[in-house]
Amino acid sequence: MGSLSSRAAVIPDVDSIRRETGFSQACLLRLHHRFQALDRDKKGYLSRMDLQQIGALAVNPLGDRIIDSFFPDRSQRVDFSGFVRVLAHFRPIEEEDSEIRDLKKPEPLNSRMNKLRFAFQLYDLDGDGKISWQEMLQVLRLMVGVQVTEEQLESITDRTVQEADEDGDGAVSFLEFAKSLEKMNVEQKMSIRILK
Amino acid sequence: MLRAALPLLALPLVGVAEEPPQKSGSPGEPPPGLALFRWQWHEVEAPYLVALWILVASLAKIVFHLSRKVTSLVPESCLLILLGLVLGGIVLAVAKKAEYQLEPGTFFLFLLPPIVLDSGYFMPSRLFFDNLGAILTYAVVGTLWNAFTTGAALWGLQQAGLVAPRVQAGFLDFLLFGSLISAVDPVAVLAVFEEVHVNETLFIIVFGESLLNDAVTVVLYKVCNSFVEMGSANVQATDYLKGVASLFVVSLGGAAVGLVFAFLLALTTRFTKRVRIIEPLLVFLLAYAAYLTAEMASLSAILAVTMCGLGCKKYVEANISHKSRTAVKYTMKTLASCAETVIFMLLGISAVDSSKWAWDSGLVLGTLVFILFFRALGVVLQTWVLNQFRLVPLDKIDQVVMSYGGLRGAVAFALVILLDRTKVPAKDYFVATTIVVVFFTVIVQGLTIKPLVKWLKVKRSEHHKPTLNQELHEHTFDHILAAVEDVVGHHGYHYWRDRWEQFDKKYLSQLLMRRSAYRIRDQIWDVYYRLNIRDAISFVDQGGHVLSSAGLTLPSMPSRNSVAETSVTNLLRESGSGACLDLQVIDTVRSGRDREDAVMHHLLCGGLYKPRRRYKASCSRHFISEDAQERQDKEIFQQNMKRRLESFKSTKHNICFTKSKPRLRKTGRRKKDGVANAEATNGKPPRDLGFQDTAAVILTVESDKEEESDSSETEKEDDEGIIFVARATSEVLQEGKVSGEEGEVQREESPWNSLPQQA
Repeated sequence: MGSLSSRAAVIPDVDSIRRETGFSQACLLRLHHRFQALDRDKKGYLSRMDLQQIGALAVNPLGDRIIDSFFPDRSQRVDFSGFVRVLAHFRPIEEEDSEIRDLKKPEPLNSRMNKLRFAFQLYDLDGDGKISWQEMLQVLRLMVGVQVTEEQLESITDRTVQEADEDGDGAVSFLEFAKSLEKMNVEQKMSIRILK
Repeated sequence: MLRAALPLLALPLVGVAEEPPQKSGSPGEPPPGLALFRWQWHEVEAPYLVALWILVASLAKIVFHLSRKVTSLVPESCLLILLGLVLGGIVLAVAKKAEYQLEPGTFFLFLLPPIVLDSGYFMPSRLFFDNLGAILTYAVVGTLWNAFTTGAALWGLQQAGLVAPRVQAGFLDFLLFGSLISAVDPVAVLAVFEEVHVNETLFIIVFGESLLNDAVTVVLYKVCNSFVEMGSANVQATDYLKGVASLFVVSLGGAAVGLVFAFLLALTTRFTKRVRIIEPLLVFLLAYAAYLTAEMASLSAILAVTMCGLGCKKYVEANISHKSRTAVKYTMKTLASCAETVIFMLLGISAVDSSKWAWDSGLVLGTLVFILFFRALGVVLQTWVLNQFRLVPLDKIDQVVMSYGGLRGAVAFALVILLDRTKVPAKDYFVATTIVVVFFTVIVQGLTIKPLVKWLKVKRSEHHKPTLNQELHEHTFDHILAAVEDVVGHHGYHYWRDRWEQFDKKYLSQLLMRRSAYRIRDQIWDVYYRLNIRDAISFVDQGGHVLSSAGLTLPSMPSRNSVAETSVTNLLRESGSGACLDLQVIDTVRSGRDREDAVMHHLLCGGLYKPRRRYKASCSRHFISEDAQERQDKEIFQQNMKRRLESFKSTKHNICFTKSKPRLRKTGRRKKDGVANAEATNGKPPRDLGFQDTAAVILTVESDKEEESDSSETEKEDDEGIIFVARATSEVLQEGKVSGEEGEVQREESPWNSLPQQA
């Protein structure tokens, strides 16, 4: 497998990325290849436009938000490690992960909590740690077809926020969000099998 | 052709029809004078009967679909077979002899091609090629395994004495029988699977297997047939080798024939711009010619048509007009649906003719057990091997569905009828067995596969009713997952596909696609390439200035429930967290809340966009439901684009845009780079476009300068892509604004060429 390791050498900081994300060597290579394919001008980083080129994202209601999640803190470019870091959230959780993990090391990026945190930040645009009524309404509006009226949307938002909100502040904090989804199999719903 | 149709179709109309028409020249009789009315049955007999049969089949379909409940439980194919049985019984009772059979000639020449063409043309090619390894494995290895094991097991059964000795069949005969009974049938699979919505990978594997195993079946059948004819003593080692070689020849040859015709078809449609009306005809003719050519050369005709459909689709869709596309789609579906209906009905009818078959319980039961068992075993073994190599492994449920979904159908029946009774003395027993097997798989397996799928999936999921939150978030997660999969390029890391696409772009597309179509090809524009220009006009009319904040209202339709709902909502809001003091209110609230709950769930379910998971069978013969997906795509796309343009508005830069104005009228060839610049427009607007207070969206229609003079107005409407470009000044807006009345759009050269100079 000499060629594999020589190709791996092309990726900058490959070891630290591996430690942080937990991806296998083969998977990292695949992602690197994809990164380079997306980076059409060979800049070495991706801009929003590169990601917007992906045709299928244009017909995904959350496409733009996903793209934004690659650019934290209003940056305009994302390098390979940032790219992989976001994708690491979607690595499937294997049994070994939950056993070996000792409490000193930080939680792996693909733990249940981190997956939920990723989804949470897609809702919480202003980053204040709570999904306000407005933000929930915005997400609903994104995901629902045009035949649903504004009032209907608002009443749905009311109910949704009410259901999840426990301390009555009219907004859904992260813990409330996680609690409302405790029965959902998040590990399976937010995992892509090829990212191993 | 008529002669072949006649025995198939001679419906005995009791009494009247049999009379020959009065001939005025009959000997010895004086001419009767001018006849006012003559009964010319014999002249119209054949086509009339064909039409009658198809009419009966269609009426039957209408009757079935009157009852929703029945059709949701029972797949149509079952109902059709049963109808066939009934009709056959009637015919038998009336005419005392079985008139109609599924004649192999008619079947292979007329009934099978439309179905295969339809499947090949609408096959999702990306999915197909992604899973090609698995499909080929199941088709080739699986069919061979099934054939040999079934044949050998049946022979073993005979040796063990469980099969009556009157069934005179040797090892080779059983092998022959095994080869024709082991092939999974595309007609049956399609008919049943389109009612069971399994995930797309699973569907494509089973369906692809059923199409591709035709080559193997044909070869095996022919080889075994010739071995039987030669007599087992005369078979030599070289014959075995020739058999193996012929497998390659048949399959590769069939595929090659298909590709040649695909090439021809794509090339011809490139030049049909002025003769649009013959486009659908060309598609059908050339595809059918591919089938016949392969059949003539004893190659695999199904493979030929499949390859033809797969290969030509991309170019043909680009070249032919929108109306032709629709015509082709509808005609194919109609023909295929019709053929399928007739096939199933005739299967039912043929079963009634007991002179053609002879019963042997051991053989029948043995066959049934063996095909189920060996198929399951084969699937498990192959899947285990395949999972070592696949990115996305096939799990247990997939395997169960795959083995259970291996239906046999009319192909097996036609093949068994083709056997020569003198060479294969046990033919009648085989016929009976085949009939039973086909009926069993189509009826029993067809009926039970849907509950089975449901049961298997339900077993693993939660049983509680999901809360509103969960439902909503589940949808969100699905969309997120789909988006991330696209970012990762789930199917992206394929070196050979990249190479192929480059080759295609450089050479093939240029050769085979019409120039105007070739230029518009690109990813994002592909997605809304078919946006109707009327939609876009209404879009602009609605807002006009789409980027103004007021313009973002979604069209709202009055809902019947809204009045009742809002009152309950208000009630809830007023009462805060639900602490009610009034007893009556408590009652109302509880039931109202439930009702509201139900209404909201219903709303959400109906209103939420569906993520790209469920395989909406584009091969569905009964409903052409692409519109829902297209409409959803359009909506989401429009909203996304709106939002993106809005976000540009927030970044204000003062770049003067007037320079581009004179260049608007510039004529010149639009280079392929222009496409890249279009994306530059969307992505880097602060650099390229300036914004003053209200920016507006203008539609420019991509015009092909060369063909401008020829195309008619309707052409414009349907064939050309729409590009959204934001403009700065109001003067520009007036110049380029779409006039809503006539639907005529200003034809301008793409401004993209002008933009890079500014950057």
